[in-house]
Amino acid sequence: MMDAIGQPLERADAHLKVTGAARYAAEWDLPGLAYGAVVVSGIARGTVRAIDAKAARRTPGVLAVLTHENAPRLRPLPDKLGKVLLRGEGGMTEARQPLQDAEVYYAGQPLAVVVADTHERARHAATLVGVTYDEQPPELAMTTARRQARPATFLGSPEEKLQVSIGDPAAALAAAPVRLERVYESAVTHHNPIEPLATIAHWEQRDGADFLTLYDTTRFLTGVQQIAAGAFSLPKENVHVICPFVGGAFGSKGWLFAPPLLAALAARMVGRPVKIEWRRQDMFTVAGHRSATRQTLALGATPDGQLTALQHDTQSHASLVSGFAEPCANLSRMLYQVPNLGFTHQVAHLNLPSPSTMRGPGETVGGWALECALDELATELKLDPVALRLKNYAEHNPETGKPWSSKHLRDCYARGQALIGWEKRNPVPRAMREGRYLVGYGMATTMYPAGRNAATARATISADGQALVESATHEIGNGARTIFRQISADGLGLPVARVRFELGDSALPPAPNTGGSVTTATVGPAVLAACRNALRALRQLAVRDAQSPLFGAAEEAIEARAGRLQLRAAPAQGEDYGAILRRARLPAVSAEGSAKPGPEKKQYSFYSFGAVFAQVRVDEATGVIRVARLCGVYDVGRVMNPPTARSQLLGGMTMGLGATLMEETSYDPRTGHPVVRNLADYHVPSLADTPEMSIEFLDNPDPHIGELGARGIGEIGCVGTPAAITNAVFHATGQRLRELPLTPDKLLRAATRA
Amino acid sequence: MHPFQYQRATSTAQAVAAVAPEPGATFIAGGTSHLDLMKEDVHRPSRLVDISLLPLKQITALAGGLRLGAGVSNTAAAAHPEIQRRYPVVSEALLTGASTQIRNAATLGGNPLQRTRCPYFRDPAQPCNKRAPGSGCAALGGINRGHALFGASDACVAIHPSDLAVALAALDAVVQTTGPRGPRAIPFPELHRLPGATPQVDTTLAHGELITAIDLPAFAGRSHYLKVRDRASYAFALVSCAVALEMDGEHVRRARLALGGVAHKPWRLPAAEALLVGEKPSEKLFRAAADAAFADARPLEHNAYKIPLGRNLLVQALLETSGLQALAGPAGTAFAASVGGLAGTFPAPY
Repeated sequence: MMDAIGQPLERADAHLKVTGAARYAAEWDLPGLAYGAVVVSGIARGTVRAIDAKAARRTPGVLAVLTHENAPRLRPLPDKLGKVLLRGEGGMTEARQPLQDAEVYYAGQPLAVVVADTHERARHAATLVGVTYDEQPPELAMTTARRQARPATFLGSPEEKLQVSIGDPAAALAAAPVRLERVYESAVTHHNPIEPLATIAHWEQRDGADFLTLYDTTRFLTGVQQIAAGAFSLPKENVHVICPFVGGAFGSKGWLFAPPLLAALAARMVGRPVKIEWRRQDMFTVAGHRSATRQTLALGATPDGQLTALQHDTQSHASLVSGFAEPCANLSRMLYQVPNLGFTHQVAHLNLPSPSTMRGPGETVGGWALECALDELATELKLDPVALRLKNYAEHNPETGKPWSSKHLRDCYARGQALIGWEKRNPVPRAMREGRYLVGYGMATTMYPAGRNAATARATISADGQALVESATHEIGNGARTIFRQISADGLGLPVARVRFELGDSALPPAPNTGGSVTTATVGPAVLAACRNALRALRQLAVRDAQSPLFGAAEEAIEARAGRLQLRAAPAQGEDYGAILRRARLPAVSAEGSAKPGPEKKQYSFYSFGAVFAQVRVDEATGVIRVARLCGVYDVGRVMNPPTARSQLLGGMTMGLGATLMEETSYDPRTGHPVVRNLADYHVPSLADTPEMSIEFLDNPDPHIGELGARGIGEIGCVGTPAAITNAVFHATGQRLRELPLTPDKLLRAATRA
Repeated sequence: MHPFQYQRATSTAQAVAAVAPEPGATFIAGGTSHLDLMKEDVHRPSRLVDISLLPLKQITALAGGLRLGAGVSNTAAAAHPEIQRRYPVVSEALLTGASTQIRNAATLGGNPLQRTRCPYFRDPAQPCNKRAPGSGCAALGGINRGHALFGASDACVAIHPSDLAVALAALDAVVQTTGPRGPRAIPFPELHRLPGATPQVDTTLAHGELITAIDLPAFAGRSHYLKVRDRASYAFALVSCAVALEMDGEHVRRARLALGGVAHKPWRLPAAEALLVGEKPSEKLFRAAADAAFADARPLEHNAYKIPLGRNLLVQALLETSGLQALAGPAGTAFAASVGGLAGTFPAPY
């Protein structure tokens, strides 16, 4: 029964958010709360010789100054968390615990925490801490870095190999009648969620044992719980992580654990709860980023556009204490039918901060390079860009040979062409003008893997006819609280108004991190299972109760509708949930449920697909590019809630637009300091940069991903948009810009060269 | 941030008296730039004297021109009908600057005194002669995409970020001040200075000298502001351009041109101005003026693009001011002044 699923319901927490009642990590008020301010490294490479905290300690209100010399000791990070490789080449996180040693690996690295009785006193005292170093020249250039790695897999996953060669790409390229090789470069970008990192740590003694509560802004409650428990040698149950709201994450706030651990260290030291609220400047060093990339794409094709070879080689960078590789070949490996397919990933270890996942890790900039190269090939072959893609359409996954679980990409292309008015596009570059502007149309394919993991949930039906469903998942602005409420309502046979969904607490039934666009497909089935189990318990009460109109009925003959259990064949015969519970003198009935992927994961290849079309106008005299229109058509399975789904895609497309036209963090080439450290100078798209967007879903349920038929939608909007815009800029100007972002200086330089 | 004393001034005289004797004391009005720099530990004032309640918020007629109180908000000035009608370059410059919220707080006296956006100036971990004299200039051999083409020194290649100041320079506005030595009037082009060996000094104001008003002289010509930036709204200029053009029939009687984003102060272009006088507007003439304007530009490693950009922008601004081409939006609005306009379908939906 799907009454609520698919309905355009308003966000369950909209009122809380717009009235300021939603409580974010930094907003919890604990008695005796103290405030931590972090002192960060002023050099990018070397060793701390001494930290002079005398002046800071003498400052009124200062409770402690933690450094590597006096901070409590932490156990090292584990190598893996679940199946995810944390440490080593190809690993996820910064493999280093904070304040445990004197090494400096990058500028902005936390070196000390000043704790005081007020935020202002802590901040002031932090400026009085003097650090001296034995400084060494930092390594800051990808091409010349001495330590280069070729990780075998992304995050240790055997399904995500990073060095692959199928067929003989080199020979096929050499033999190809048409051959194209191009280098694409992209800049470092930062997530910059509007809510910076923040943690409140609170130690207590409970039953004679240490107990740690963390109010942390995270999209990985159980990860923070396990890492903190491991670091402090506590049982997992003695760490409680609370986070009902996350003010945006976009790939941050998941896998870099030093910020919550610093707060826990500080709170341990002063014996009071401690809050560390990070400055915006620190978001450019401690919160992770998307690495810059240098990608070489080589395509071999027949004159009529059949791809014969594809080689995609990526260079990205990580810190010296991280092995994270930006997996740029994620589209190249599966999007087109190519007999000879190769890709490599090389990671340069630099004295720059540790990278992390960022919306569409690999897909966003790797897909940009691939889809720009396809556009270049189409131009070379005088083929329509859509026709070239249809010519190489993959009917099954070319890397694994498995059939797709569901793929309607042809429909996406066709609908996207209709929306943008592709037939108006003159294929000749520089041929279209409006007034002083050059006008161009471009397109790109987008995709995102449709993952699914195991999760659990609990459903509780109360005697007042209300229900509460819970799971330790996260509301990161994705609409989780809203769509799981809808799914719960349908699962319980209740109107949405009588169902509450709670999340954001590690004490709830466990769910995985919110990332990789898996949450709907992962938590949704667990929610359904919990609801079903709760209803089963209720049915069993009814059929065994001689006073129930359902007494003695077969369970299969009973259906749940609008808060009533009733006979399917005779709906009038039945009763309210509350009546069953009240007669049984039970306040509530509660059941847990779990769900995980089954054998289908081995049988099918699960992906979402889409097509993005862009129209741009370019003022060639000044290099200014504006996006006139952006149309995205997405094949993402069944849509749970059209407005929240649209917001996810709109946000993703806007973020993709930002990465294309303006977002960039540069580091000083000599010192390794970020030279962009605020939101006035780190440009995310303003409303004036954002055109009206046409966003459509095909809404074809995926028959194999679980009974909801829903695939994730968090990241696919960010992928595809960069190439569609870049290709439109080429069509407008005849200039191939192969370096993101496409700021006016780059177009001017290209125009000057031409 | 460091501890500081805070007091509210009740009169301009009292404000001056409170700041003048204390080397670390400073005025604060909107604080939109100052507070950021305090939080960055770049500014460490010992005392803030708040002038936001002083009666400096009037716009009055003055000998054919206007006197703008130093405490008038950017928002109020941009919307003032006389400024809109007679000095659209001022409204356009104001409205392409910052965001609505910042414009509501920012003031006309404070805006020209904002410090550079050079990222090295804002990061106390890096050398900067403007912030820490003698420590060196990190921008000179660093990321200098946004830096100066004109008038820079080995000590500093920073630019002045104010849009308003560019418009005021083109109009030959006059800054009225009061200070420990009494009132004086400063021609706007003399308010800011070049960095030379002392880039820590931005202006010719003495310590404790307070801007009370900015006078716009009588002007009967056309004026216009054009700005190019990395995003369509809320970004500082890569290059901007203010034009004040007075005609004698079909010929230029007087032209005043100023560039933003290219120097430590709004950069007037006397050679280009002289080329225009007595001539009939044409694209060819404007091209010649633009070539003259950039003849002595000295680019750094990453900012040479500002030369073709600035030339083309100057030509475009002159074409639009002279009427040879239409403005991109109604005069006196951000739509007229923002190159590229709003994202969205063409023509731009203003």
